[in-house]
Amino acid sequence: MVYDLVVIGAGPAGITASIYAARKKMGLLVISKDIGGQTAWSGDIENYTGYQFITGPELTKRFKDHIATYGIQVNEGEDILTLKKDRAIISIRTDNALYQSRSVIIASGKMPKELGVEGEKEFKGKGVAYCATCDGPLFTKKQVAIIGGGNSALDAAIGLERIADKIYIINIEKALTADEVMQDAVKKSSKVTVLNESRIVSVKGNEFVQAIEIEQNNVKRDIAVEGVFVEIGLVPNSGFAEGVDKNSLNEIMVNCVCETNIAGIFAAGDVTNVPEKQIIVAAGEGAKAALSAFRYLINK
Amino acid sequence: MDKKVITYTTQGCPHCIGLKEFLTEKGISFESIDVSSDPAKADEMVKKSGQMGVPVVDIDGEIIVGFDKDIISQRLGI
Repeated sequence: MVYDLVVIGAGPAGITASIYAARKKMGLLVISKDIGGQTAWSGDIENYTGYQFITGPELTKRFKDHIATYGIQVNEGEDILTLKKDRAIISIRTDNALYQSRSVIIASGKMPKELGVEGEKEFKGKGVAYCATCDGPLFTKKQVAIIGGGNSALDAAIGLERIADKIYIINIEKALTADEVMQDAVKKSSKVTVLNESRIVSVKGNEFVQAIEIEQNNVKRDIAVEGVFVEIGLVPNSGFAEGVDKNSLNEIMVNCVCETNIAGIFAAGDVTNVPEKQIIVAAGEGAKAALSAFRYLINK
Repeated sequence: MDKKVITYTTQGCPHCIGLKEFLTEKGISFESIDVSSDPAKADEMVKKSGQMGVPVVDIDGEIIVGFDKDIISQRLGI
């Protein structure tokens, strides 16, 4: 079977693209590792229009309910291995099957970047965590460190503030880069200490994490913590898209109508070079990509 | 005889939600423990699994860390 459109990814970009494509009655398949993408892992969301406050898992449930109303086929839990275009047909190989389509939207998003320091791998799940909303409650009344200074880091800090006894924010930049509203919330807390221009050197412990070693002003020192939350940004899931132009960050290059350098292959959301990695921006880009794919198919 | 299944989860964790939805869909009855509201159970989970990440599933004393559909299905014989 050859689909009209295969959407890779089911975060805000992929889901919105699928809804638009379903409404155009395109022969559609969605392939994704999970539903919700990074939205599912977000804590409190207060900047998605129409919702003054919603949590990531709740918004993800709304996404799921929305695509369910269109009866869209979603093959969940599959990893994309390769993507190749031969004449007018694009072949998508996953760890489960081979699919063919006349057009593709890559909306595979990003995944958390790792620290790459000594002890990180050894203590993964033993104090080193990548999801504060998930694993935060295991650090009740403990001392923790958050690595990073952007929105994700401060979102984690705000969540952990209700749980942990003491929070160190280890920020490599001169100042925090998160939204001012979030910075205000963190600065109000007596539990939080922000260490700017500091970097983590290693994670130390025995069975579980006991400390991190940081470097600030060329001085190294240990800070006793039992939890290390890694929030230093993300890398695009674009490795499978061979032949598709990418920038130096491995983001897929798209123009203003979500076209890549290969006709019939579109991209949307955080996997692309479009600035501002926001849920609402990704959703909008997904809509544009679906409409572009629709126009591409009817003009062929 | 049905196996005894216990899930250790937190509220904000997508894999925890996925795990519980999966077990419910398959008609498996299970005891659901929210470790965010019960520190003693959180300690129990850490002791049983030797780590601090959720979700954790205990199937008749066998501990599975994370939401791995294949392994869980295999252990449950579904």
